[in-house]
Amino acid sequence: MKLSVWTYEGPPHVGALRVATAMKDLHYVLHAPQGDTYADLLFTMIERRDHRPPVTYTTFQARDLGADTANLFKTACQQAYDRFKPQAMIVGASCTAELIQDDPGGMAETMGLPVPVIPLELPSYQRKENFGADETFFQIVRHLIRNMDKTRHVSCNLIGPTALGFRHRDDVTEVTALLEEMGIAINVVAPYDATPSDISCLGAAHFNVLMYPETGEAACRWMEREMGMPYTKVVPIGVGATRDFVNEVAALADVQPQLDTARLRLPWYSSSVDSTYLTGKRVFLFGDGTHVATAARIARDEMGFEVVGMGCYNREMARNIRALAKEYGVEALITDDYLEVERAIESLAPEMILGTQMERHIGKRLGIPCAVISAPVHVQDFPARYAPQMGIEGANVIFDTWVHPLVMGLEEHLLHMFREDFEFHDAAGPSHHGGHAPKPEEVEAQPQPTKTVQAIWLADAERELKKIPFFVRGKARRNTEIFAANQGVEEISVDTLYEAKAHYAR
Amino acid sequence: MTRHETPQTPPRDGALPRPAKGCRDTPILKQRGQHEVFCGLTGIIWLHRKMQDAFFLVVGSRTCAHLLQSAAGVMIFAEPRFGTAILEETDLAGLKDAQDELERVVVDLLERRSDIRQLFLVGSCPSEVIKLDLARAAEKLSAQFAPKVRVLNYSGSGIETTFTEGEDACLASMVPSLPETDKRQLMLVGALPDVVEDQALDLLNKLGIDDVCVLPARTLDSGLAVGPNTVFALTQPFLGGTHAALERRGARHIPAPFPFGEEGTTLWLSAIAREFGVDLAHFDAVTSAPRARARKAVAKAAERLAGKSVFFFPDSQLEIPLARFLTRECGMDAIEISAPYIHKGVVGDDLDLLAEGPTIAEGQDVDLQLDRCRAAQPDLTVCGLGLANPLEAEGLATKWAIELVFSPVHFYEQAGDLAGLFSRPLRRSDMLRVEAAE
Repeated sequence: MKLSVWTYEGPPHVGALRVATAMKDLHYVLHAPQGDTYADLLFTMIERRDHRPPVTYTTFQARDLGADTANLFKTACQQAYDRFKPQAMIVGASCTAELIQDDPGGMAETMGLPVPVIPLELPSYQRKENFGADETFFQIVRHLIRNMDKTRHVSCNLIGPTALGFRHRDDVTEVTALLEEMGIAINVVAPYDATPSDISCLGAAHFNVLMYPETGEAACRWMEREMGMPYTKVVPIGVGATRDFVNEVAALADVQPQLDTARLRLPWYSSSVDSTYLTGKRVFLFGDGTHVATAARIARDEMGFEVVGMGCYNREMARNIRALAKEYGVEALITDDYLEVERAIESLAPEMILGTQMERHIGKRLGIPCAVISAPVHVQDFPARYAPQMGIEGANVIFDTWVHPLVMGLEEHLLHMFREDFEFHDAAGPSHHGGHAPKPEEVEAQPQPTKTVQAIWLADAERELKKIPFFVRGKARRNTEIFAANQGVEEISVDTLYEAKAHYAR
Repeated sequence: MTRHETPQTPPRDGALPRPAKGCRDTPILKQRGQHEVFCGLTGIIWLHRKMQDAFFLVVGSRTCAHLLQSAAGVMIFAEPRFGTAILEETDLAGLKDAQDELERVVVDLLERRSDIRQLFLVGSCPSEVIKLDLARAAEKLSAQFAPKVRVLNYSGSGIETTFTEGEDACLASMVPSLPETDKRQLMLVGALPDVVEDQALDLLNKLGIDDVCVLPARTLDSGLAVGPNTVFALTQPFLGGTHAALERRGARHIPAPFPFGEEGTTLWLSAIAREFGVDLAHFDAVTSAPRARARKAVAKAAERLAGKSVFFFPDSQLEIPLARFLTRECGMDAIEISAPYIHKGVVGDDLDLLAEGPTIAEGQDVDLQLDRCRAAQPDLTVCGLGLANPLEAEGLATKWAIELVFSPVHFYEQAGDLAGLFSRPLRRSDMLRVEAAE
């Protein structure tokens, strides 16, 4: 039993729902109690979907438990088929139905429905949402794919985009354009907008582009093994990764690598003088493994940040992230415990967080700017505008998104010059954030039970500290206290403050 | 103040006529199928804000944790006063271990959070199915942590409770442990936003009713007690279990329509006033100004609502009282009014005032109900969040029901806001010119 406050991933059947909702003409019959229908609103509200997810919940109640929940399942299954006439169905159990062991798969099989019925085994008490999506899509592929001739012209499938994915909608558009520029046709995109009959045609492609390992890797591995279809290993998020991806695809397709960089702005924006202030910004990364790994490379190589910590919440990616963290000389944090992530951020005191919506809240509390790079998603992660993460435009979007929460270069300079001015007082925060700027007073009022450094701040030093812009003040305080402790100084004077500043100068 | 022998009717200045025939005896359409509703765990979202020293520990699965997080919408609190003890494979293997594990989690929690005075162990579908004995755990832990912390348990599971029934189960769980009192007092039952609760207490105070308490109290130390001289008024229509629990303690219910809108608030207050023998002139003096304000505020929103049809999907249990408000005070026509379940001892007075005509439905088969809704093409559909956008996409204006539970909508001063919640979707579709712009 584990106490959980907020979770990064839902249960595995929510992963299955993400696959079902992404697809067309597929129906999911979920053996589940009343209340599990809450999952519908994830799609209709967060993603603003204009259709109900294609799911029938059997909705058993306490009084059914002693009676006949199995029959309830069969009735629901038959009615769902009669009403929706899908090309294929998936059937499974939610966490509660798993306990009553009705075996939805076995029952559905005996019903003789005239379409393929795919049973799902998703262990609710061991695995989570990403596994559920990956496994569901794999089972759909395994059951529906047919042997067929390859397309005459070189083509590939885009594998992994689901409903409720982080920018999946726009990534599909971007990657499709990127591949078509190289003369590679898209055979099928799946599960996003694919029908079961599309799935049966996956084998016509020459290779697979694995866009999201979290939700498509099992299927890609299986197709490689069973159908001889290679798949891409590079996820094209960031400039360098996009170039690597183009080369990898070119080799698989046996075409010339080609990338139109006319619209690519990240490299110049990053080199321009206004970006000097980004140099060495200490960033902490957290999210799903794929997005964290790609963000680490962008942060260090394309933005000039210093990565001070990274981690992921999906254990399936733990090995990759540990290896990567080693390469960056930091420790990997593999956890789905939100409080643990918060503690890590508090102790590392980064200048910026690249995380999920959860870390955005941590950042708000600690007064640290945060840009969102990964699911779990929020209504804000489905912008009306085109905002991919992948390819050329993805790199541009990422530059803007990451810089936005920070105080702009020139503005930081002005804040420093006019720090006593009424408009630039500490609490004003970045001007482009209106009333939502972090409020440093509140942050400082937070009790800090883990304070181990006991040096006393003299009044002069305290006043001097207040003159330092609020967004670096926390770090200055912390560094000075550590410096004082290391030096055995018990009282912090203005001199101590500046000695510490010199000591930590980069 | 003593109770008068003969019930008095306060002046019904501008009162609406009662319908020739109400809906109390209308045959109820009962269907069985997929329910598109929340489970009772959802109530934790507002209950934990109301009870400031309480922590709600759901004993359940990752689904329960995910539901709470999704229903809460945004995570406002770094460490909120609710959480989920997520059952894992090992807990399912041996029951005794799960019981021990739960105690371990609670001990850890209480050691870390010294601000907690009341702890609710909340049962879920999985914990009910594996028959985890939360009552025994609560009793044992209560003894261990008394007197500082009181540990109670209730079920918010979907197999037993629908959405707002979770609040009912929670409040009912508190009743047996309340101290006994012989005091003549009025108890208001239902978790309302503080601002609304304060308004109600103020009105009752002005009527001369001084001994008023509220269940749930804001803190454990509020001195809340119950006994044979307690009379209680429900402020929410989903508190049937709490109603029964209070009657078992000797308290007596004051039946009345629910305090939504001017009429509902007046009838609700006058039922209490009658019970406490409040003088008619005094009642009128206290209520006439807020009544006039409420009527004026409602009239404004009602301009857009009058003559429009409304269709209620079952959701919060507020459907029947709200339909009474919308049809009688806002001039709407109800096509179908459905509720997760219908407890006539609680909503009977509202049904009496609701003119016959609409379909009254209990329970749900969502696909069949959607067929009826599409056929009826109502001007406004009141439904849950899972259905709202899909119906909007089909051209039906919707009002999502969960907002009615979270927002201050009771009593005179909120009557206009309540009407506004329903008129806004209609005004919005009048205003938008998005089709033409394309």
